[in-house]
Amino acid sequence: MTAGSSSSSKPVKLYGWAVSPFVARALLSLEEAGVDYEHVPMNPDAGDHRRPEHLAMNPFGQVPVLEDGDLTLFESRAIARHVLRKHKPELLGVGELERSAAVDVWLEVEAHQFHPPTLAIVRECIAAPLRGRARDQVVVDENVGKLRAVLEVYEARLGSHRYLAGDNVSIADLNHFTLMHYFMSTEYGPALVGPLPRVKAWWEELAARPAARKVAAFMPLDFGADKKEK
Amino acid sequence: MAPMKLYGATLSWNVTRCVAALEEAGADYEIVPINFGTGEHKSPEHLARNPFGQVPALQDGDLVIFESRAICKYACRKNKPELLKEGDLKEAAIVDVWVEVEAHQYTSALSPILFEVLIKPMLGGTCDQKVVDENLEKLKKVLEVYEARLSKSKYLAGDYISLADLNHASVTLCLFATPYASVFDAYPHVKAWWSGLMARPSVQKVAALMKPSA
Repeated sequence: MTAGSSSSSKPVKLYGWAVSPFVARALLSLEEAGVDYEHVPMNPDAGDHRRPEHLAMNPFGQVPVLEDGDLTLFESRAIARHVLRKHKPELLGVGELERSAAVDVWLEVEAHQFHPPTLAIVRECIAAPLRGRARDQVVVDENVGKLRAVLEVYEARLGSHRYLAGDNVSIADLNHFTLMHYFMSTEYGPALVGPLPRVKAWWEELAARPAARKVAAFMPLDFGADKKEK
Repeated sequence: MAPMKLYGATLSWNVTRCVAALEEAGADYEIVPINFGTGEHKSPEHLARNPFGQVPALQDGDLVIFESRAICKYACRKNKPELLKEGDLKEAAIVDVWVEVEAHQYTSALSPILFEVLIKPMLGGTCDQKVVDENLEKLKKVLEVYEARLSKSKYLAGDYISLADLNHASVTLCLFATPYASVFDAYPHVKAWWSGLMARPSVQKVAALMKPSA
């Protein structure tokens, strides 16, 4: 199926292949928000993301893209912010200066501290073998070391706060789910998280959320390798 | 009301990213230097502000926050919320898109170049030209997108300046301290946008802070 070929009249459409943790992050925000949306699948192997129709929506040629009425957005974190600001503003701390600051801090931590080493591990341990490439253990070991140090900070944080940004769950917690889902399926997930009781409990609670369970079904751990189209 | 304290060295483009936002927002703040040479960033006092032992951190009364882009958002939300457009769902979303683009497309290509050219020599290392060249190609692809965007609107999020534009100031000033500033020459709308930003007092303040001391 090519992008933009849907004839649905739903005003909210999310474009992209759901196995991508970025696309799935956006899907999670829509599920958490309880929005009635349509997911428009795309095929990366067919180069759907490089077609002019897609570049008109995301000039960087990436996924996901959200259409919400006449608004077209890209960058998964911006999409998640918009969806939750519109439907569940309490998850951003809208109207509360201190809470919104704490939410922003831990959103940045996800993006700049957690995401890079975790993505590297997932790429080497899951994606590389699926593409017939050997895992680069040097890259894995380096990033496991980095992520270990990051998760120790999380353990301390979750010792004094129920969730990352405070007493209530926020978009900062939610934004971790999709990449963590893949990471926890590698041997390094339980190895790093197992010894950290608060991170473990936080993760288990996150994964138990109905929206997370629903989105997890879109993210098979083999990236849907035995399916032709996602 | 005591001024906000921004902790960090003005050598860091993450610290000076905050200066641009704090200045533009008209915030009352002061810069408190953190001495990396003495390991001050790993001291218990600083780790209490930023548990990753990095700069910047911001203290405003009882509130202590870190991560430069979170600090920038806080400064705008508190002192000049129109820079975030949070009163308007649609405009706020577009600002958010281009704030993410700065981080994940523009600065992700530019900062490895800045690290190789500006920082590594200071640490006694040599510049890896391969890294510079690879990231220059990435940066050019990003600038092509910016050129198309800025030929349609005066600023990145629309015809109004926003935090998305300002977040580019510190790293772009650093680019102009390298031999690679000419990469902008092929993109006239990007050049005009940058000239406009550079003329702003907030960005001039950052430029003045970044001048290396003798």
